[in-house]
Amino acid sequence: MGNASSMLTQYDIEEVQEHCNNLFTQQEIVSLYKRFCQLDRNAKGFISADEFLSVPEFALNPLSQRLLKMVDGLNFKDFVAFLSAFSNKASIQQKIELIFKVYDINSNGKVSFNDMLSVLRDLSGSFMSEKQREQVLSGVLEEAGYTIDSFLFLDDFIKVIGNSGLKMEVDVHVD
Amino acid sequence: MDLDRPNIEEYLTTDSIHKPQEKLLLRDLLDISPALTEAAGAIIDDSFTRCFKSNPPEPWNWNVYLFPLWCFGVVVRYGILYPVRVLILTIGWIIFLSSFTAVHFLLKGNDKWRRQMERYLVELICSFFVASWTGVVKYHGPRPSMRPKQVFVANHTSMIDFIVLEQMTAFAVIMQKHPGWVGLLQSTILESVGCIWFNRTEAKDREIVARKLRDHVQGADNNPLLIFPEGTCVNNHYTVMFKKGAFELGCTVCPIAIKYNKIFVDAFWNSRQQSFTMHLLRLMTSWAVVCDVWYLEPQNLKPGETTIEFAERVRDIISVRAGLRKVPWDGYLKYSRPSPKLTELKQQIFAESVLRRLEEK
Repeated sequence: MGNASSMLTQYDIEEVQEHCNNLFTQQEIVSLYKRFCQLDRNAKGFISADEFLSVPEFALNPLSQRLLKMVDGLNFKDFVAFLSAFSNKASIQQKIELIFKVYDINSNGKVSFNDMLSVLRDLSGSFMSEKQREQVLSGVLEEAGYTIDSFLFLDDFIKVIGNSGLKMEVDVHVD
Repeated sequence: MDLDRPNIEEYLTTDSIHKPQEKLLLRDLLDISPALTEAAGAIIDDSFTRCFKSNPPEPWNWNVYLFPLWCFGVVVRYGILYPVRVLILTIGWIIFLSSFTAVHFLLKGNDKWRRQMERYLVELICSFFVASWTGVVKYHGPRPSMRPKQVFVANHTSMIDFIVLEQMTAFAVIMQKHPGWVGLLQSTILESVGCIWFNRTEAKDREIVARKLRDHVQGADNNPLLIFPEGTCVNNHYTVMFKKGAFELGCTVCPIAIKYNKIFVDAFWNSRQQSFTMHLLRLMTSWAVVCDVWYLEPQNLKPGETTIEFAERVRDIISVRAGLRKVPWDGYLKYSRPSPKLTELKQQIFAESVLRRLEEK
């Protein structure tokens, strides 16, 4: 690494910082850029799905396919913006927004019973039967005041997950 | 059943399990933050990619008087050292090839003498190689002896590991067959010391190779066998998991630890970034290659220990001696995806926690 194209100018750093609403410091952005260049093997300017999957810890995550849809082909600016939800400076609302986006796979602004079932399926695999999943989900939904026909919006997510100590932070190591 | 991965669940963090006595609520199912956090953590930094990152030595030529000094150094290295080294290597090759062919044919009848001469000649050419990069190799510990039922294992950083070790003792080795001039070298020279070929991409290859290994260590006449159980080159800061093949041959395992000093050049061969020829060229145009080799105490399988535990124990011995960090990944993940069983493990943990909390109602 270290060819001319992988040098960030001060302008670039400031642009990226603005784009992620100052949730990362400039040094963190430089660190993330090094990582971005490391993953983007042929300096194309984005990381392909295959390159993400070459990180074993990512590939074995049950939600990897869902996340791939969100990060595949992102340029560096958007890559940082995506990761900014995991900054310790990000608000709870931003984190819940990301969670909502993971559920709302068709991006229509609402999450249905089937959407929730689909995520539950990814997380539990073959270790729960479809019937058990439907049972569990409908049970907790009804207890929270919803039905299986309800659509959940971002506000519902915020209400349900809200301030119950949501921990969604990752540290960016700075040399 | 893939028995190659020992207790990897110990290394993988479980999804954050909410206190198991509490009733299951909607919020518990909607909150996928543990899985997301793990994924984001892996994107930002992961212990596997770190093993294969080249860490070149820090540049020191950054001011007015250091820069010309460095330029002068470049001139000396490329203009004087490099041609001299090429000359030395060429002379070495001429001597070796002529002596080797001579010995091979003249001593045809006298097998014992022939093999001894061939061994000596292989050690000689390796010494020439090491001289061609001004190798400063310090060997610690008792030199390997030729005894049956023993196998040597070492950590792997570059193909030169083999040359560095071979100059001291003519090992037989198990290697991936390479294309080009390296392959030619392998088929001609190495055949004489006894080499076993394997092919990473062939699945059935493992059994064939295992059998060849076993046959080799049984023979009293064969050269001691050297195996690099990591299966791939790692950057000399970490060790990846050892493959159990070397540890289930029913013989003593003698660990060897190799640590390169990066003061003049980084000896890690990043096969994704450069070919072996370029790598050699880089070594031949640096001041020196400095390394330490430790021959460590031979180990045997302890009663009640599994092969995998044995492999991990030896890996621990080598990592501690050479100051390397251990990483719970299989080196072959460089070429393939992790087994879906690992994902299934995470799913199982999650499913069981949900079902358990359901029963708490």
